[in-house]
Amino acid sequence: MIKELSRSIREYKAAAILTPIFVSLEVVLECLIPFVTASLIDMIENNISLRSILIHGAILVGMAVLSLVFGALSGAFCAKASSGFAKNLRKDIYYKIQDFSFENIDKFSTPSLVTRMTTDVNNVQFSFMMIIRIAVRCPLMLVFSLVMAFVMGGNLGWIFVAVIPPLTVILLLIMKKAIPLFHRVFKKYDNLNESVQENVRGMRVVKSFVREDYEKKKFDRASTDVQVDFTKAERLLAWSNPVMQFFFYGVLTTILFLGSYFIIKQVNPALYDVGSVSQLIVYGMQILMSLMMFSMVFAMITMSVESARRVCEVLDEKSALHSPENAVTEVSDGSVDFDGVSFKYAAAAERNVLDGVDLHIKSGETIGIIGGTGSSKTSLVNLISRLYDVTEGVVRVGGRDVKEYDLTALRNQVAVVLQKNELFSGTIKENLRWGNPDATDEEIKEACVISAADEFVSAFPDGYDTYIEQGGVNVSGGQKQRLCIARALLKKPKILILDDSTSAVDTKTDKTIRAGLKKYAPETTKIIIAQRTASVEDADRIIIMEGGRINAVGTHKELLGKNEIYTEVYNTQNKGASDDEE
Amino acid sequence: MKNNAPAMNKKDKKKVNKGVLGRTVKLLFKFYPKMLTVSLLCIVFNAVVSSLPSIFMERVFSIAGEIVKGTGIYAWQDIVYQMLILIGLYVLSLVSGAVSRQLMAILTQGFLKKTREMMFNGMQDLPIKYFDTNSNGDIMSYYTNDIDALRQMVAESLPQMLTSAIMVLTLFFIMLWYSFWLTIIVIVGVIIILLVTKFVGGGAGKFFLAQQKAVGKTEGFIEEMMNGQKVVKVFCHEEQAKADFDKVNDYLCSQSTKANTYANMLMPILGNIGHVLYVIVAIVGGVFILNAVTNVSIGSLINPLIGSEVNLSVFSIALVVSFLQMTRQFCNNINQVSNQVNSVVMGIAGAARLFDLIDQKPEVDDGYVTLVNVKETDGVLTECEERTNLWAWKHPHSADGTVTYTPLKGDVVLTEVDFEYEEGKPVLHDVSIYAEPGQKVAFVGATGAGKTTITNLLNRFYDIADGKIRYDGININKIKKADLRRSLGIVLQDTNLFTGTVMENIRYGKLDATDEECVAAAKLAGADDFITRLPEGYNTMLSGNGANLSQGQRQLVSIARAAVADPPVMILDEATSSIDTRTEAIVSRGMDALMHGRTVFVIAHRLSTVKNSDVIIVLDHGRIIERGSHEKLIAQKGQYYRLYTGAFELE
Repeated sequence: MIKELSRSIREYKAAAILTPIFVSLEVVLECLIPFVTASLIDMIENNISLRSILIHGAILVGMAVLSLVFGALSGAFCAKASSGFAKNLRKDIYYKIQDFSFENIDKFSTPSLVTRMTTDVNNVQFSFMMIIRIAVRCPLMLVFSLVMAFVMGGNLGWIFVAVIPPLTVILLLIMKKAIPLFHRVFKKYDNLNESVQENVRGMRVVKSFVREDYEKKKFDRASTDVQVDFTKAERLLAWSNPVMQFFFYGVLTTILFLGSYFIIKQVNPALYDVGSVSQLIVYGMQILMSLMMFSMVFAMITMSVESARRVCEVLDEKSALHSPENAVTEVSDGSVDFDGVSFKYAAAAERNVLDGVDLHIKSGETIGIIGGTGSSKTSLVNLISRLYDVTEGVVRVGGRDVKEYDLTALRNQVAVVLQKNELFSGTIKENLRWGNPDATDEEIKEACVISAADEFVSAFPDGYDTYIEQGGVNVSGGQKQRLCIARALLKKPKILILDDSTSAVDTKTDKTIRAGLKKYAPETTKIIIAQRTASVEDADRIIIMEGGRINAVGTHKELLGKNEIYTEVYNTQNKGASDDEE
Repeated sequence: MKNNAPAMNKKDKKKVNKGVLGRTVKLLFKFYPKMLTVSLLCIVFNAVVSSLPSIFMERVFSIAGEIVKGTGIYAWQDIVYQMLILIGLYVLSLVSGAVSRQLMAILTQGFLKKTREMMFNGMQDLPIKYFDTNSNGDIMSYYTNDIDALRQMVAESLPQMLTSAIMVLTLFFIMLWYSFWLTIIVIVGVIIILLVTKFVGGGAGKFFLAQQKAVGKTEGFIEEMMNGQKVVKVFCHEEQAKADFDKVNDYLCSQSTKANTYANMLMPILGNIGHVLYVIVAIVGGVFILNAVTNVSIGSLINPLIGSEVNLSVFSIALVVSFLQMTRQFCNNINQVSNQVNSVVMGIAGAARLFDLIDQKPEVDDGYVTLVNVKETDGVLTECEERTNLWAWKHPHSADGTVTYTPLKGDVVLTEVDFEYEEGKPVLHDVSIYAEPGQKVAFVGATGAGKTTITNLLNRFYDIADGKIRYDGININKIKKADLRRSLGIVLQDTNLFTGTVMENIRYGKLDATDEECVAAAKLAGADDFITRLPEGYNTMLSGNGANLSQGQRQLVSIARAAVADPPVMILDEATSSIDTRTEAIVSRGMDALMHGRTVFVIAHRLSTVKNSDVIIVLDHGRIIERGSHEKLIAQKGQYYRLYTGAFELE
């Protein structure tokens, strides 16, 4: 995992290495400074000449300046390395996702991918920063300070050695208890925020059912739950400081006591004097602080392991689909052939989603597909542009196996208007140019005329320069669908697939769109999945899907009255109208 | 995303920010008056006590020095005595420190909880307009980013700053007690430290806010692209998507590098200025000792007056050493304060935004007509507590103090309604509708014709001028919103289910419904069939807005949810749009049963859903262009006729 993640350091390797080096230098100086200070105090004490005091002072100032430079450099390098690392990591994940096939995307849900790229990367970045800086600094500080304590305090150094193990044990115990608590509370906290999100999104439902007070109570319970757990965890953690202070005070008193005792008894007078004893206390503080910091850092890193794992999961994911070598880049025509095609989403799945499908569509044909929910209409068309690979059999486009094509070439010729479609923040023009970056304004308008979008776009004050908000919230569902169709049309594809793309469009507009397609794109193969029989009535052939198989194929006339499913659907939709007509 | 914050508060931002800190502290006080007081006292006490030990160290060392010199004034016991006082102080410091930390942990979490609740409860009472005009992401960031910034400030920065400030003050007086000259040197050093902090720290603060913005932008971008990832794939837009991402990602990296560089450099710079200051004090102190300079200090002035034997009028080694100790502590604490400046800046920005949410004006409700259960005896309605399934509007008349009871029937009348969401952009013109109890009224028309707007007005998500809409003859503006909405069942196209079991989701319509009632409602809605086939039937957990159900199934559950509420009036806004027609055939029987005996407003594209309505209203650009029964409209051969027969040409 560490190896995997460290691959994202790349051009920031120098900074990532320089950081701990400068940190170490800074630590060395920080440990030497009290030592020199002690000798300075010594000189003052022993009435040594002003000159040597000044020299010592100058040395000290020089050390402080050096320490400042090292510290500032390590800070700057650390900022560069960690920000850069996070940038690369985000980039790696994002690029990886761009290579994902539909199968990969389905495996991770969208919200989970978003969390991995945001919260998880932030956690990993934070840990990285901790590791190259604090995790280096603390142990070094501890060791150096301890060495210096022995140098200056002689046997008094043992006091520190004595307190390190019990303090470490206590701190680790606190952490050990606190970490799972924090894990739990963070999860609860996420759930709480998720429930807030549900409320924000579903506010109309809450208000229609007058459930404001109910939601408030529900939130109160969840929030109290979070509070209780959080308080428990925080209170536990809040003990680490007093514990450290307790040991520090203990050490301080002992040193003071023994120090003054040694001074009075003139034990080793060269070693024990006011200066050295007071500096010893500084080292003591540094040792204990390092221990405490280290335990905190340890806890934080432990808590981010989960994030690191989730990030690696994405990086490790292998894209399920690739363009072959020597790929075909030309799609000769818009014919589609399914030969004995079976398909399931996961190899482990028991049941095939599509089972033994044979289907031959001629170039330029208009095909309607009708079938109930779960009859695998979408799965069928998704195979044509190779969004998924067949499990068995072959899908051919333009007479060639789709696996032989370059994916980009294939998908540029097979335009799919997805059932769950999205517009992106940007102007309408920018959105439409996804279909063709070089499309002229005239071409864009033409595509919108066909998809019956021009009428409402032109009515906007800014026309085609109208800004679409994130998620397309400022256009209605029907308008969005019409724009999505226009976007696909701009590709000038050989095959156009509309996957229930006019469900939010009213019947009249639906009809206009179909007429437009017929008129302006006569050579394009059109495959239309629809709920309404009206949407497919005028198709050359209608395919009835049922339980992953083709139930029937035929024209409206052939199917009506003869095919049970088609007739039933037709009748429920048209009962009233046909009564009137007759 | 944060960068979309309303621009209106930009002007008064400075002014607002000043009040925010005070308001935060006031709020803390309001929530926990006792605990906060105790905690603050402990912090102050702890800070004062923590700065005292350096005095005792000085005492111990000077006593030791005297003993070594053999002046005979002091004995070993004096040191023990001093040590005991020191230990006593340490114990007090430990206890007060531990108490304040524990209290702060309790207090912070409690404060955050209450703040969250203030936000959430306030939010629940906001008008729908707020949610229509603010993005979900913006609202959510109140609950995540902003409250985190607030936590950081309340839990860590403020106590830390308070402790440090008090220690600084205490030390300042102790230093004055020892030596004026040395204190002056320290103060000059501190002024330099503060200047550096202002420069470096200010830079960091500026870049941190910029970074925050960049984070919001990047996260927004990621969210959008991840949502549309499948579209990216089918349009082979990957390369462009990568290039766009690199732009925002690189920008974030540069902002974050700048912010962190400043922030990371602050501590080493301040710490080492502290060292230099230490050296200067040591040298000056040494020079003073060597030259036996006369010391001026509060101590040297007072001690002789009170007859203390400690001589502070000359610089002694012990004095300088303790002073050095104090210098270090003093600098450390100043540095601590400087170090917290950033999180305080961020915390205040966060708190300001939270208060902005809390201060939003709640939905006004001047309604006074309420819905009550009634009993009918001899044709007279009397109010009663128990559920009688007989409802009436309780209408108190202020003019004569009488109360009238109007039975709830579901008679809805709109008279010449005009409406606009935004000034100058009318959505409805002169719309009049009469729906008698038990009637089914359908709205038909192109997207944007104003169908949903009418339903928004019916349940008063948006308000219109007085008296234009009457419910059972009562002006709906006089009806209490909660009661009005309780009498209207609504099923929307965008189903929103909540985390919980299927059963719980259905029960949302009527909280005291029994399991049997819920199942009956599900059966009515045609949802029972698929629910029983779920792995755990009615106990199947739904999460993420029912992500494990298809859109059609979600709609069925939301219909069941409305059914269990059993309201006299129902609004079905594209409620069955995603239910495939085959399933709908099954559902339609249930729907007919559901609609029976109720006033129903239906919005649908599908003819089958609409055609058996009593009245069909055809809307176009906010105007009613046709109305009548299906037969009548077909015969009329107008827009309705064209709309539908155009799509259903029979050969």
